[in-house]
Amino acid sequence: MLDINKIRLDFPILKQKVYGKPLVYFDNGATTQKPQCVIDAIVKYYTEENSNIHRGVHFLSQTATVAHENARESVREFINAAHAHEIIFTRGTTESINLVASSFGKKFIQKGDEVLISAMEHHSNIVPWQLICEEKEAVLKVIPFHKNGELDIAAFENLISERTKIIAVTHVSNALGTINPVKEIIKTAHAKDIPVLIDGAQGIAHTSVDVQDLDCDFYCFSAHKLYAPMGIGVLYGKEKWLNAMPPYQGGGEMIQTVTFEKTTYNELPFKFEAGTPSVGDVLGLAAALEYIISIGMDNIAAYENDLLEYASSELLKIEGIQIIGTAKHKAAVLSFLIDNIHPYDAGTIIDRFGVAVRTGHHCAQPVMDILGIPGTIRASFAFYNTKEEIDVLISAVKKVKEMFA
Amino acid sequence: MTIQEIENQIIEEFENFEDWMDKYNYVIELGRECPKIDEKNKIDNNLIVGCQSRVWLSAEFIDGVIIYKADSDAVITKGIASLLIRVLSNQKPQDIIDAKLDFINYIGLKDHLSPTRSNGLLSMIKQMKLYALVFQTKTMNDK
Repeated sequence: MLDINKIRLDFPILKQKVYGKPLVYFDNGATTQKPQCVIDAIVKYYTEENSNIHRGVHFLSQTATVAHENARESVREFINAAHAHEIIFTRGTTESINLVASSFGKKFIQKGDEVLISAMEHHSNIVPWQLICEEKEAVLKVIPFHKNGELDIAAFENLISERTKIIAVTHVSNALGTINPVKEIIKTAHAKDIPVLIDGAQGIAHTSVDVQDLDCDFYCFSAHKLYAPMGIGVLYGKEKWLNAMPPYQGGGEMIQTVTFEKTTYNELPFKFEAGTPSVGDVLGLAAALEYIISIGMDNIAAYENDLLEYASSELLKIEGIQIIGTAKHKAAVLSFLIDNIHPYDAGTIIDRFGVAVRTGHHCAQPVMDILGIPGTIRASFAFYNTKEEIDVLISAVKKVKEMFA
Repeated sequence: MTIQEIENQIIEEFENFEDWMDKYNYVIELGRECPKIDEKNKIDNNLIVGCQSRVWLSAEFIDGVIIYKADSDAVITKGIASLLIRVLSNQKPQDIIDAKLDFINYIGLKDHLSPTRSNGLLSMIKQMKLYALVFQTKTMNDK
């Protein structure tokens, strides 16, 4: 059992009032709040440890380098990667996917080849692939999903062809909440020697991730959706792929030797980390991981599932509520519509109750087009949320119904 | 009435509201009564795409003044659009170009016009002024 009252004290922002009402923060799918230990880690870094890392012989530089590389080891452990050098620090999920699309694409995608994504992807797992497909004259193919938000696995198997070079799917849909059967997808793909990239932006915060058990070739996530700072993220890649891929950006850190005739590249992970890394944020991420481990990912998942079930059943008691995304396996992401009320209208009123929800297409426009809706209202939960907060949302929803009746 | 006079009138109306709910109820009411754009003009050419809600805007130049009509898929957006129309419609192009539209700040709906709201309203104001500029240029050329 989680002691939620105690946990809430760890997140200073949750004490806030908005419009004179206690803040109810249900926009965790967009970004999560940060516990004090993460804030402290960043402050400590800039107060006591700030120094540019690697290649510095002085004391501070060495301290910062060790801390930075220890953080890499923490990430490795958190997702159970085989090697720390398979962990590449990026700016976030978007940059991680762009790195793979560009770098893997440059080497392995040729004219007429195919890239397979799903129809429930976030724009960040669509556009980078469109860019490389356009450049290489390759074809982007899309796995459809059923009305309830589950991927059409039969269609997926039919879409794989001899030209499929890579498959990129999301672990958890940010718009529908669906937890995709990524392990099975990877197994099917590997039977045909096709690598798989998993967009873990939503998955990482709601489920335990073991990249070796999943056997994924790439796993991408953002730290800020995992109680850590903004502007830092992770690309996990299997050593064999990362070694085979050309560098993404050029600059410091990523080189071995530079002459004007020829530059040789540094080994993993530095080959993909050009420029000065965001050391303070990396240390913030390490602090967040330690915090999450102390609470326990399985405890978090179970508690969030309780919240999801409670919110879903309370919402459905209200006439005219339509839940968008009713897959059997869902993470704590709850998209819904109230009668025919536009999400923008609903969100404006819900906001006045101090409840932060997100409205719109959630950067997954194709999902909304397929379902024929302008967008949804999305409440996404974290382990610091409570059933009492869900009750506030429910009364706000009732008020919306009243005002727009 | 001049643009400034209408703005003052709206500010006065909003001063009567005691809380946010009354205010939004009024905006919702305005949204429902908004001079709707003719169905034939509800075309992509007149569409101002916001990230959150969509706004259609049409403009006609009749007897030296511009007549605006608008519609939106969101009622609150439409309500605010109708306030903008009340202020700017039936006015001369030059007056529309010069309008500062300060009333939005005074009635506490400024948030809806922030660039990050992306509900199409900010683009709507830009588009209204652009129409004014076009009609103004046209008038000058005709003279």
